[in-house]
Amino acid sequence: MRKILSPAALFILSVICMLIGCGDNKQQDTIKVGLIVELTGDMPGVGASSKNAAQLAVNEQNSAGGISIGGKPYQIELVVEDNASKAEQSVAAVNKLITQDNVLAIVGPNASLGAIPAAEIAEYNKTLLITPWSTNPKTTLDTTTGKPKDYVFRACYTDPFEGRVLARFVLEKLKAKKVAVLYDVASEAPKSQADLFRLTFEELGGKTVAFETYTTGDRDFSAQLTKIKSANPDVIFLPAYYNDVGLIAQQAHRAGITQPLVGSDAWSSPELIKLSNGTVEGDYFANHYASDIATPTAKKFIDAYTKQYGNIPDDVAALTYDSMGLLFEAIKKSPSLDRKVVRDSLATLANYPGVTGNIQFTAGSGDPVKSAVIMQIKGDKFVWVMNAAP
Amino acid sequence: MSEGIVYWLQQALNAFQLGSIYALIALGYTMVYGILTMINFAHGDVFMIGAFFCFLLSSMLGLSFIPTLLLTMLGTALLGVIIERLAYKPLRQAPKVSAIITALGVGMFLENFTLALAPYPKQIPLLLENVTWDFYGIAISSIQIVIISLSLTLMFLLDYIVQRTSIGMAMRAISWDKTFVPLMGIPVDLIVSITFAIGAGLAGAAGTMYALAYPVIDPYMGVMVGWKAFICAVVGGIGNIRGAMIGAFILGTVEIMVVAFFPSTFKDFVAFSLLMLLIMIRPYGILGKPRIQKV
Repeated sequence: MRKILSPAALFILSVICMLIGCGDNKQQDTIKVGLIVELTGDMPGVGASSKNAAQLAVNEQNSAGGISIGGKPYQIELVVEDNASKAEQSVAAVNKLITQDNVLAIVGPNASLGAIPAAEIAEYNKTLLITPWSTNPKTTLDTTTGKPKDYVFRACYTDPFEGRVLARFVLEKLKAKKVAVLYDVASEAPKSQADLFRLTFEELGGKTVAFETYTTGDRDFSAQLTKIKSANPDVIFLPAYYNDVGLIAQQAHRAGITQPLVGSDAWSSPELIKLSNGTVEGDYFANHYASDIATPTAKKFIDAYTKQYGNIPDDVAALTYDSMGLLFEAIKKSPSLDRKVVRDSLATLANYPGVTGNIQFTAGSGDPVKSAVIMQIKGDKFVWVMNAAP
Repeated sequence: MSEGIVYWLQQALNAFQLGSIYALIALGYTMVYGILTMINFAHGDVFMIGAFFCFLLSSMLGLSFIPTLLLTMLGTALLGVIIERLAYKPLRQAPKVSAIITALGVGMFLENFTLALAPYPKQIPLLLENVTWDFYGIAISSIQIVIISLSLTLMFLLDYIVQRTSIGMAMRAISWDKTFVPLMGIPVDLIVSITFAIGAGLAGAAGTMYALAYPVIDPYMGVMVGWKAFICAVVGGIGNIRGAMIGAFILGTVEIMVVAFFPSTFKDFVAFSLLMLLIMIRPYGILGKPRIQKV
């Protein structure tokens, strides 16, 4: 060829390519939904649960005929991206989904570490993002103005809420006067939970006798645990991811620490039982839902999930399912597939009956109104203890 | 005993356990450097493979502690020899930088190979039933005793091999002079292989003990631990076996004591600053001697 292809020719060529590419899709129109999950990295259990639940929600919706907009049926297409539990990969994933895959909306990432930067990008691009599990207040807030973001929502409660709920529980139900706190100082959610826990616990008249930290990736906690042991607390608050909890609980056990441990929603993976070798027996943590006091909606989800994947869904699965459900409901109620229109439809949903309870967003904010449950570990099960609000 | 003394003795015990594990890995770095003046950066990942061998043997085959330990050491020793034969031997006459880059490459290969097979963190089953004794207020666990005594035994055994046996003498001879020693009828390749086997075997033992103390393992666990052990070897005087042990116990103590005094985020920062200071005062390490470079 003597001439270099002109931009116009390239454009026509690419249009042809796209048409051919779409040819095998049987004229079925699809709505693309992005999913960013932690399939590799520090919390693969979280990513796997989330992906399974999202896939289940999409399959159910599609086999029920998809979603029709203006009388035209659409199938849902899920585009899954792994963020390796990292902030920078979350940013890359959200950019790819918005610019390359051109998705209508995004669900995920789950952990705040990835959800906060991803939310910034989504807000900037005016694309709806629902995070199932990110409890950090910053996720839904605009960092420069401090006002709520327009396009970012979450299906769960927030860290300050959880820290307050747990402080009250430890003081009033466990009758503890002195607590020790051990948390990962390099991770957003544990840090803000630890701070809020301490603040509330001391406001209510309790005493923090040890406030110890570690850094992501640490394996040896013997120095911190020795300090905690010599401070002799009544309860140890451990807002850590289940991987760390497995190690810390076993080392605490070996160091002769017998006080009960209390944790956050980051404990709620079934992996915890295996990773801790029985050393968290009888300990407590806060969670988003309890599978043993399920409502009929939740029961239906739990049965379908268990049948499909062979294990009981954890809170990430339930919250991802709810995030997908919220999104589908918002799409159904919106007159067009414009991102802004779908966003407005989601913000004004009233009392969506989710697996984790009824969900409705506070006016002008992406945070829902919800309560937490306190769970206790008994054998290889998480057992419901009480519902808790601060 | 007063509470203060109990507290510090407990922290000292913690430091001793951490130092023992660093020492076993640091020995591998120092031995290979001593004999080939090459830094085997894949060593930390051999340690990681040791932990995964331990996982395979204990959870898949259900072996108990002693057979798991011995087979793991055998497995990593074999791996060490294979790595040396395939990756390092062809480069023995090449510039040192090439060998180091190859070592980094081998390390990454091992990490990503393991990642492809086992992307999720793995839980090691309880290899030893743990009992914690209360000794005047100091908590001593059976796992701690096993780790410390086993490490010390292995270190004394290694010291004996290097100082008192003919293989050890050959190792020391090769490290002294690489030109004339082969002419004396010493099989250099065999001795180098044995050195790699011993170093990697110790890393396997360290992997098993690490898995015993910190029973959640992942493919990247060897990176940071490997770097730290390498630093122990340098601080002790790289090439010197007793130096590596001393360096390891120093780092273990510093790490634990920093956390005992300061917030944990200061740990690596303070530990490494102190070690840099030590190197500045003694550039060849604590027991290292300046080597005269022959032109």
